[in-house]
Amino acid sequence: MMRFMLLFSRQGKLRLQKWFTSMSDREKKKIIRDMTTMVLARQPRSCNFMQWKDLKIVYKRYASLYFCLGVESQENELLALEIIHRYVELLDKYFGNVCELDIIFNFEKAYFILDEFLMGGEIQETSKQIVNRSIEASDMLQEDDSSEWYEVELFG
Amino acid sequence: MPAVSKGDGMRGLAVFISDIRNCKSKEAEIKRINKELANIRSKFKGDKALDGYSKKKYVCKLLFIFLLGHDIDFGHMEAVNLLSSNKYTEKQIGYLFISVLVNSNSDLIRLINNAIKNDLASRNPTFMNLALHCIANVGSREMAEAFASEIPRILVAGDTMDSVKQSAALCLLRLNRTSPDLVPMGEWTARVVHLLNDQHLGVVTAATSLITTLAQKNPDDFKTSVSLAVARLSRIVTSASIDLQDYTYYFVAAPWLSVKLLRLLQCYPPPEDAALRSRLTECLETILNKAQEPPKSKKVQHSNAKNAVLFEAIALIIHHDSEPTLLVRACNQLGQFLQHRETNLRYLALESMCTLASSEFSHEAVKTHMETVINALKTERDVSVRQRAVDLLYAMCDRSNAKQIVAEMLSYLETADYSIREEIVLKVAILAEKYAVDYTWYVDTILNLIRIAGDYVSEEVWYRVIQIVINRDDVQGYAAKTVFEALQAPACHENLVKVGGYILGEFGNLIAGDSRSSPLVQFNLLHSKFHLCSVPTRALLLSAYIKFINLFPEVKATIQDVLRSDSQLRNADVELQQRAVEYLRLSCIASTDILATVLEEMPPFPERESSILAKLKKKKGPGKLPDMDDSRRSVNGNTEHSENTDTTNKSSTHSFTDVLNLNSAPSSGANLLIDVFSESSASPAATEVSEENFPRFVCKNNGVIYENQLLQIGLKSEYRQNLGRMYVFYGNKTSTQFLSFSSSLNVHPKAVDPVIEGGAQMQQILNIECVSDFSDAPVLNIQFRYGGALQNIAVKLPVMLNKFFQPTEMTSQDFFQRWKQLGAPQQEVQKIFKAKHPMDTEVAKAKILGFGVALLDGVDPNPANFVGAGVVHTKTTQVGCLLRLEPNMQAQMYRLTLRTSRDSVSQRLCELLSEQF
Repeated sequence: MMRFMLLFSRQGKLRLQKWFTSMSDREKKKIIRDMTTMVLARQPRSCNFMQWKDLKIVYKRYASLYFCLGVESQENELLALEIIHRYVELLDKYFGNVCELDIIFNFEKAYFILDEFLMGGEIQETSKQIVNRSIEASDMLQEDDSSEWYEVELFG
Repeated sequence: MPAVSKGDGMRGLAVFISDIRNCKSKEAEIKRINKELANIRSKFKGDKALDGYSKKKYVCKLLFIFLLGHDIDFGHMEAVNLLSSNKYTEKQIGYLFISVLVNSNSDLIRLINNAIKNDLASRNPTFMNLALHCIANVGSREMAEAFASEIPRILVAGDTMDSVKQSAALCLLRLNRTSPDLVPMGEWTARVVHLLNDQHLGVVTAATSLITTLAQKNPDDFKTSVSLAVARLSRIVTSASIDLQDYTYYFVAAPWLSVKLLRLLQCYPPPEDAALRSRLTECLETILNKAQEPPKSKKVQHSNAKNAVLFEAIALIIHHDSEPTLLVRACNQLGQFLQHRETNLRYLALESMCTLASSEFSHEAVKTHMETVINALKTERDVSVRQRAVDLLYAMCDRSNAKQIVAEMLSYLETADYSIREEIVLKVAILAEKYAVDYTWYVDTILNLIRIAGDYVSEEVWYRVIQIVINRDDVQGYAAKTVFEALQAPACHENLVKVGGYILGEFGNLIAGDSRSSPLVQFNLLHSKFHLCSVPTRALLLSAYIKFINLFPEVKATIQDVLRSDSQLRNADVELQQRAVEYLRLSCIASTDILATVLEEMPPFPERESSILAKLKKKKGPGKLPDMDDSRRSVNGNTEHSENTDTTNKSSTHSFTDVLNLNSAPSSGANLLIDVFSESSASPAATEVSEENFPRFVCKNNGVIYENQLLQIGLKSEYRQNLGRMYVFYGNKTSTQFLSFSSSLNVHPKAVDPVIEGGAQMQQILNIECVSDFSDAPVLNIQFRYGGALQNIAVKLPVMLNKFFQPTEMTSQDFFQRWKQLGAPQQEVQKIFKAKHPMDTEVAKAKILGFGVALLDGVDPNPANFVGAGVVHTKTTQVGCLLRLEPNMQAQMYRLTLRTSRDSVSQRLCELLSEQF
């Protein structure tokens, strides 16, 4: 399973954190610190995987943002890399050419999209269409605040 | 301002985020945040009821502040209120806040659970999903208690929407991980397994994750999933890439589901059913074949997804470890990846080959890639790839290539990254020891290690080289010569001085004949390093000096001068001063004979698991290392003290053993003082003999015989004919010294080292001889002072008649012939008794073998019965013994029959063995 996903900038500013197991704030802070320093110190064209304690760390840089995933040791690294990519695609589709600012200003949306995609540290839905459709559906709910849920079921 | 604002963007939130981003300093940011917090607090506390939108906005701001790294101690209640809003967007923010910020405030959890309960019952799929996500995100015990029974119902209900099924499966998975005891699967199992057949691939993917986790815990309950998984996998693998529509990822059919199915199959052995097995083999072959096809896309996503499935298939092939052709194909495939231009693939190929190296079918095939791997070690730019190369070289090492691999690792060590040096040092030390054919190579290797990476050579490594040199006569002269030469270097590592001091102190005489390494030269060489060394090393050198006085009387005066100097006798360090004083005194007053006895050569160390291997295991975690077969496990870990006391020889040889014990903690006087006032329970009244663990040793020789809060006594024993040797390990579990420690046997009194340091262990060796048959076991009496109190312990030592058994193999015919010969009524003892433990054939066999007799197959016409034979050796006679054990499963009873030529032996053996079942 995945234990956590972190998004941080090249300056080491954390943009998004998702934890799939319960952890104390201290542990979280330590992991965030370790991940940012480790990942930012990597040379370009290094491989995308690292060993950290008992976890595999899979990371990839998209423009100014680093996506960093901590997975348990039996997980498949290459597919973890594609989980990151699929998430980027989902953000891209939603924001249209996503950039760091989108995630800063719409952090709650970034969380909602992630929640449609991953759950409990496992992948929930791998189909881009289905995830996009349910996100659009909830946006329709937002735009028409007073609408009742059954009207929107058409989109789900 | 936001680059994009979708939905009903909260303007106030966007402004706030902009403000924070515009702050020029940390102080300005904190000021702005405090202002906002005050504002929100007053809004929440105000008389005017907030509308849903404002509540949502403020809760969202709090969330943002929290994610910036600030503590949030209010707003939880407002977030909980949002949960029960019937506006989706408010509910959603409420749930997000709870998921990110929930603490174990139990009042709140009850309210949250209430809202979740309503949403789960709402039959609105969007709300249900939010509620399920919240449970999965928080995953607390209270939530598991509240919903563990409800969620499986949602999961398998016929009318549940697909997206809710997916959430329910993963929610259940999370609860099963956090509180497995609260998630009873029982009745749902079959229907959950059936989800593998679902139409919707998203549902199958989520269900496969759940089933894999459950199957890892209870493989038997989910056995039926194997055939379904194979069928599903086969359909995916053979499908055209467009068949699966949106589940095709960059021309790869359902890579996530494929990998999950392959993982599920790794919970099980290869299918027994031939048809199923061949179908699976076909799948695996197809996946391997696809790797050779030209790529359908140049995108890295395509090759990643395709190779992800390939690596998982290889993992399954390795797990099954049963199809040599597949294993070799897998190995060849990985071999191609070793030279791939993608760093990621090279990394994964090295990692995967590590597991392949431990399979007997593919070990040789892996070895053919050695040159490539060595090359990777030299040329890879990325340290994590080089680390994998080191791991693989370690895994593929065997007798045939050990010298080359160790040499390559040593040369890599010169330039290796600091982060992995210690691990490489351990690995080199282990390989050098394990595959040493001649020990001169071993000694050279370790000295090289110290030269190249002395700082990373842990205590364990240099302890180990000394243990090995002490235990092997053939290498001692060479070791002395080599350390002597190594010490000539103008700057040598302190660890080398330690090894050098110890070895020359023990075996310097072996090279003293050569005038270039005469005693005086040796001493001067060692002493030239003395002043550069730390206190523990100096202490060791002082011990080496006193050993020199014994080895070489001609340098006695020189060394005495050194010991007498103020820098020694008045050294500020109490340990050094004490050693100098004592050694000087010892050298002055003791006669040559006494000196020779006290400073005798160290006795061999008992064989034990290599301490460095244990260290590497600890570093890497269990399961990461191939088992090292040739190290025998001992009852206890490290014992630096070893005292050889012989029961048959009354004069206790108090050999000099303190050299390794450098870290003698200063005896804490404080503890002594405190304990003077405490009520001392030093009444040496008749101590009760502890025999609680005695029966456990009837069928085995090693283990812990006694333990209380202060002391642990472990035993390791070996027997041969009528002789035995028992190693007794006294472990001080406290941090304080035990003083006046003594142990006595009710047979022979003898001495042990009177002090056991806090946390240390001491070993005592008892030699045992069986003179005639017996039934009473010896009692070991132990006395010591802990703090002020005198402790008395008496332990019944597990020396039993059956320990002197030699197993005897015999044919059925011989057996019955002897059985008849031993037909006199007093020669047979029979006992019928109830089973005290579960009746397991394998356990029973192990116990009978542990009892010491040979198990004879095919003697008893009833295969459920056990028949054994052996001879008890005593000094005067040998007593043949035949036994038969008949289990009766229905009645949970056993009948044990023993026949020997001596009735007392039959009686005693029957008593001992019948207690074991």
